[in-house]
This record gives sequence, C-alpha cells and structure tokens, in this order.
Amino acid sequence: MTIPPPLIISHASKAYNGVPVLHDISLSVGAEQITALLGPSGCGKTTTLRLIAGFEAPDSGTITIQGRVVASASVRVATEDRRVGMVFQEYALFPHLSVTDNIAFGLKGNARDKQARVADVLRLVGLSGTGARMPYELSGGQQQRIALARALAPKPDLLLLDEPFSNLDATLRGQIRTEVRAILKAAGTTCVFVTHDQEEALSLADEVAVMLGGRVAQVAPPQTLYRRPATREVAAFVGEANFLNGEAQGATVVTALGRLPLREPHHGAVTVLLRPEGLRLSTGAAPAAATVLWREYYGHNQRLGLRLTDGTTLVARSDAYQDYGLGEEIGVHVQGRVQVFARV
Amino acid sequence: MQIARSASDSSPRLMPNFVRHFSGRHPSPLQVITALIVALVSLPLGYLVLRAVGAGQAGIDILFEARTLTVLFNSLVLAGSVVIGASVIGVPFAWLTARTDLPFRRFWLVGGLLTMVIPSYIGAMIYIAAFGPRGGLQGMLEPLGVTQLPSIYGFWGAFFAITLFTYPYVVLPVRAALMNMDPAQEESARSLGLNRWRVFMRVTLPQLRPALASGMLLAALYTLSDFGAVALMRYDSFTRVIYLQYTSSFDRNRAAVLSLVLVVVTVGLLVLERRAASKKRNYRVGVGSQRILPPVALGKWRLPALAFCAALVLIGVVTPVSVLVMWFVNGMGDKSAELLQPVVNTVSVSGMTALVVGMLALPPALLAARSASRGNRLLVQFAYLGNVLPGLVVALALVFFAANYLPSLYQTLPVLILGYATRFLPLSISATSSALTQVNPRFEEVGRSLGLRSWQVMARIVVPLSRAGILGGMALVFLSVMKELPTTLLLSPTGFDTLPTEIWSAHAQVQLSRLGSPSLLLIAVSALSLLVILRQEQKSRG
Repeated sequence: MTIPPPLIISHASKAYNGVPVLHDISLSVGAEQITALLGPSGCGKTTTLRLIAGFEAPDSGTITIQGRVVASASVRVATEDRRVGMVFQEYALFPHLSVTDNIAFGLKGNARDKQARVADVLRLVGLSGTGARMPYELSGGQQQRIALARALAPKPDLLLLDEPFSNLDATLRGQIRTEVRAILKAAGTTCVFVTHDQEEALSLADEVAVMLGGRVAQVAPPQTLYRRPATREVAAFVGEANFLNGEAQGATVVTALGRLPLREPHHGAVTVLLRPEGLRLSTGAAPAAATVLWREYYGHNQRLGLRLTDGTTLVARSDAYQDYGLGEEIGVHVQGRVQVFARV
Repeated sequence: MQIARSASDSSPRLMPNFVRHFSGRHPSPLQVITALIVALVSLPLGYLVLRAVGAGQAGIDILFEARTLTVLFNSLVLAGSVVIGASVIGVPFAWLTARTDLPFRRFWLVGGLLTMVIPSYIGAMIYIAAFGPRGGLQGMLEPLGVTQLPSIYGFWGAFFAITLFTYPYVVLPVRAALMNMDPAQEESARSLGLNRWRVFMRVTLPQLRPALASGMLLAALYTLSDFGAVALMRYDSFTRVIYLQYTSSFDRNRAAVLSLVLVVVTVGLLVLERRAASKKRNYRVGVGSQRILPPVALGKWRLPALAFCAALVLIGVVTPVSVLVMWFVNGMGDKSAELLQPVVNTVSVSGMTALVVGMLALPPALLAARSASRGNRLLVQFAYLGNVLPGLVVALALVFFAANYLPSLYQTLPVLILGYATRFLPLSISATSSALTQVNPRFEEVGRSLGLRSWQVMARIVVPLSRAGILGGMALVFLSVMKELPTTLLLSPTGFDTLPTEIWSAHAQVQLSRLGSPSLLLIAVSALSLLVILRQEQKSRG
C-alpha cells in the first residue's frame, strides 16, 4: 500500500464578494518535500495557503491531506482537526506566554512528555535554553524560529509558512534561509510556503509552483523552472529575461542576434527567451553588434544594458573582468540552444 | 461610559470565520444567546414605546406642546455646552499628561480624573454648598463685602457641575489614543518641516478624531441622562421634568412621551457618532513592542500648564474634599456605625452586577468584534439602548413591568440588578469588544492550527490577552452602579439601604451633617475602582 501524498489540491476555486481569486487550481505535494507557492501579490497564493489550513473554504474543488478529504462540496474539516501547522508572517507568538508555553501550546499529554518535546524542538531550531524567556525579549530571527518550533512541536502532517522571511533584515535572510531549510529537512515535515521573492523560492524549495492571476502556471523543481519555464509569463517572473521576436524555421530561429539553434523544433512567429547570463559579450562587433547603454558593476559580476542595431534593448550579465564603456560597440553571442514561446 | 467602535477589520480574509453570516441560514448559538440578552435589556424600551403609543392622540398633543419643546431645547443646549466645555478642558489635559514632560504627571492625572469618581448628585450638593447662597465661598467673601453671589441654580450651575464630571470621559479615550499612536507618523511630519503646533493640528488631531468623538458622545449622553445634577440645580431638562411628572401626577403618558423624545435624541447622537468615527484596525501588527514618543518639553509653558492642572484639581478635588470633610466633621457623633449595612449592600450589589454584566457582555462583544455582517452588528447595537435610556426611565419601566407582570419579583434584588444591567451592559460590551478587537486575529488562527477548538482558543488566547480591557469594563460597571441614583431610588427593595439612597434622603431632609460619611465612603470606593482602571490601562500597554 502506498503512502498517500501529504497534500492534494484538486480543481479548487475561490472568489471573494464575486471577485474570483483562484481559478481551478490543482497541486500535489510529495512527502517530506518543501514546496514554494511563488507569485506576485494578488496572485492567490496566500488564499491557497488559507484554504489548505482551513481558515477559508474553497467554492469548488477538493483538498485532501494525508489521504483524507478535508474540503469539498460536502465536507469541511475545521482547522483544528486538520493537523496542519502554520507560521505567519508576523510570527504571532502569544505575548502573554513564555517561549516554553508557546511551544507547548498545541501539545497534548502529560507534563513530562510535553517538556521533553519542547526541549527537542528547541534543540532542533538551535535555541535551547531560551524556554523561560518571553517573546518580546527575543530578536526577530529568534522569534521566527520559536514560531517554527511551535508549529513543529505537535508533529503536524503539513507545515505552512506565509512569507516566512519578509520580516527579517535582508542581510540575515540568506543565512537564516539555509538554517531554516536544514531545520525543516531534519524534522522531515512536508512544507508549503508562500513567497513573492523568487530568490527565496528557488533557494529554499524542492519544488516551486508559480502562481499568476489565480492559476498555477507551472510546478517544477527550481532548476527546471528557471531553465525551462512553461510560459512567457513564468519566464518573465522567475529570474530576469530578455524577449526577442523571431521567426522559427524548424531547428533554428532567426532573430536580430542571428540564427540561433532551438532546443525543440518550432515553426512560425515566436518569442525567444534569452537569459542575461546566456549572452556572451566580446570586444568587436561580431557576431551581432550592440551598443552599451548602461552598466551596473557589482564587483563579482556586472549587468549591462545593450541596444542592438534594430533598436531592441537587452540586459546582459557577465563576469566583471572586462570593463565596457558607455556607448562602446561590442559583440553579442548567444550561448547554447534557446527556448521559444509561440507568439500569438 | 464608553461607546464601542464597530467591528474591526472589514476584510473577510483577515477574520476568523467562526461566526457565520446572519443571512437566514440557521443562526449560530452565539447569535441566539446575544439575541436573548438583547431582548432582556430591551424590555424597558419596549414598555416605553407601549406607553407612549398607548397615549394615542393625547400623546401627540403633548409632543408638540410648547413645554415639551422648551425642555428639548434646554436639554440640547446643556448637552452641547457640556460637550464643548469637556473637550476644551479634556483634550489639553490629556495631551499634557500623556505627551509632555509636565512634572508630577501621574499626580495631575489621578487628580484630574477624580471628578469622574464623584457622582453628579453629590457633586451638585457640594457645589451648592460651596458656591451657592449661604455657601462656603460666600462665607469667605462676606468680610470683603460681598453679600450675594450670582445664583448657582439653573443653566450655569448645571453646566458647571456636569462639565466637571464629564471631562474625564474625554480625557480617557484621547489619552489612550495619544499613547497608542504610531510615533513614526509625527516624526515623519516633523522631518518634513512642520513645527510642533502644525504637527498636532495636521497629524495628531485627525487621528484623535474617533477617540474625541467617543468622549464627546459620552459627555453628551451623560448630560442627557443625568438626573441628580439637573434636579438639584433646578434646570428643566428632560430628566428633571420627567421625574416631576411621575412623582407629582399619575399622568404616565406625559412622562412616557418625554422619555421617548429623549430616546430619539440620544439615538440620533449615536448615529452621528458612527459617521464621525472611522473604522480602523486596532491590533498591532509586527515584531516587538511599540516605540514610545519622547515627551514634549514644555519649557516656558510649564507654569501655565501647571496652573491649569492645579485649577482643575482645586475645583474638582480640593473643593469637594473640603466640603465633605466639613460635613463629616459636623456630623461626627452621629451614629456612623449605621452606615455599615448600606456600605455592604452597595458594594455587594455593585460587585454582583459587575460580574453578571461581565458575563452577559461576552456574547454580544464577541459578535461585534468578530463578525463582518451588518445584521450581527445591528443586533448588538440594540444592546446599547439600555445605556441610551436615562436611569430614571429604565427604573420606572421596570417598576411598571415588575409590578404588573412579576409581582413576586417586584422590588427585589434581581430586578434591581436587571435595572443596573440594562443601564450598564453597554459599558462592558464596549470595553470587552474593544479589547477583543485589539487581539490580533492571527493568534486565533495559530491556536486553531495547533489543534485547539474555538472555545479553547477563546479561553486560552483571546480572553487572557483581552483580560485587561474586560476587567477595565467590569470595573467601570462597578463604579457606575455604585454612583447610580435614580435606578437605585426606585428599584431598591424596601429596607435595602444603599449609600446613594442615604445621601439623597439626607439632602432632602436638609440634614447636611449626615452627608459626610456616606459621601466620603462612596467616593473612596469609587476612587479605588478608578485606580484599577488605570492600572489595567497601563498593563495593556506593556
């Protein structure tokens, strides 16, 4: 008998006051997997999270957690019965309770078991010894970890996080992301988190579901999402993208940058996706000439704005060993095979 | 007296959905219980309407009599003047004690708020004794040749006394608003070049509007429903005239019609208040505790500010205390041990009412704080009608109702408590729902995600976090019951002497020496509950 996947959303829709927010979304999350719901604000990702948690009910469709239908046309299981842990953007630690009492809040059983479990999770999040403190005595990062500990303590079937890092200092985010991923993997809990920050999604998640306009545009591991976006919108949202018009002729496509090899055969009018780091630059005007419009220097690499002879502008990213002057004419060469989208 | 804000966030996404919409689907238990409570406290209003309508044509005649219109005019003028007076005193006072480096701020705050503690009838008696004919002030000025002071009776006396008693109702919410404001807004304004005065006018004051509106409404409602002060100052506003009608003639129609007009006016005020107050989120989102603005340095204004506060305390505290002490001293030797029973009675009935009201207020407060539906909020608004009605009307209505329909309960403690509950339930609903609104809905959602049932979420998260506000509301009810005169006068079981009835009868019999002990006692106990309120306020900030 196979273990049922922790979460299946099937054709869920939701509207508020007649305004549709989710259109027929479907998603499946695997055991012990970290899945990101990535999208701009208003795309419906937080709504999806709240449907999973049970704070709202879908207008149609079903939600199944660990093989049990928790939301459907005939069923609505209350949040408290779903065994779903939740960490909010602002952590929402109970201000009137100590760290230990916060973490133990959802635990049942005798005091000794509770104490042991609290000690376990505190160790897991790296904050042993803080049990007696009150939430206001902790830093932002510490509060986040306690909120995580509180949600993990009752060993939920599913853990939900709403924009978990948006309240932290940008400088700390990277390090804390790594730590949180380690904690989640060590706990082995299936996790779904919501973010608008693609860097966060790509670095933290095993799989990313890109949501645009209330629909799931693509679900894929980060590398696939970046290298093979399903639609132009996904390509534009995840990472930086240049789009060039082209005429596909089977194995190649004709563009302002010359004839480029295609990843898959195509015919007709297409839009070519060019990632900035896929553009190779050279001094001298071959194979395609471009003028440098602007330059951002980051030390370890640089971003350049380029204008081609036909007026198209592109953004290129390269290492910073070569300095390019504004107005300088350089050559642009596309690395590897390109992906295209049909142009409608 | 506090009137609640309407329910908090109107966005359904942000509110826990355990209160179902009032849309004709079968109502939730919470709605049913709330409806029952509302029905209970609506009894007096029901009787009133019955009586007034039952008067038929005679009633309509009374409505348009010149006498009625005069009374209406008198009441409105008094209420309007008091509101202005209370705001003119209250806002600066609140600002001085909340935002500046005024020395001995706590002392001035407590002193300035103490007038709230003096029941209006006692205060009126005191000011008549101090500033009236053959009073203390005249006695002091007599050697200087002043033989007659301008009469304290009539409009000026009523205005003076009631303003002194109601300005704290402006101070409290304005102070709370000042202390809870986001400092970053004023700091941004100052960084944009506005001087302190303009910051106050353009940033602070607009944010104070709901609090100020709330305070002004309370002052207006207090004025309209006050009985003791206007009766003693002989000012013909509604309550005095209604009382005279009831006691002197058996024509209940006139009293009923006048009461109905009064109710309409007060409901009109409430509608105005709803429009003036804007809905905003009360709960604090974010990490850590809120920053507090550094106090404004008064500099050369320090002396005038101190003089202002000192004047308030002089008139509001020192004068009453001196008069009371004088009465007390004159009355020493009287059998003051006789006061033990009235004290016990008063404290126990106030305590019981506070507890009862505290519990009764929970369902409507929950409904008001957490429901988005207009139906629910309308339901809760009905509960406020008991506060809108003057105590006099409530008491008389219950007298009639009990005498006719519940003869066995007539003139018993439960009816008295019901009368108080009808009057003061809104205080508790308002404070409780305000406290509940301040609890971030996220906490409830977290609780539910950790497996707690709704009632457990209530008990372990929401109520502890709103405890300060809820207890503050109950303390306010306790305080109000202790002071309450007309309800007590008419509904107390025979032989059940309370401090207010003691005082009233002593004054009626012009035995001023009997006034000292009971008044002092009443005021002392009231002051204690005020301290409770202040401490709760402080705790809820930390």
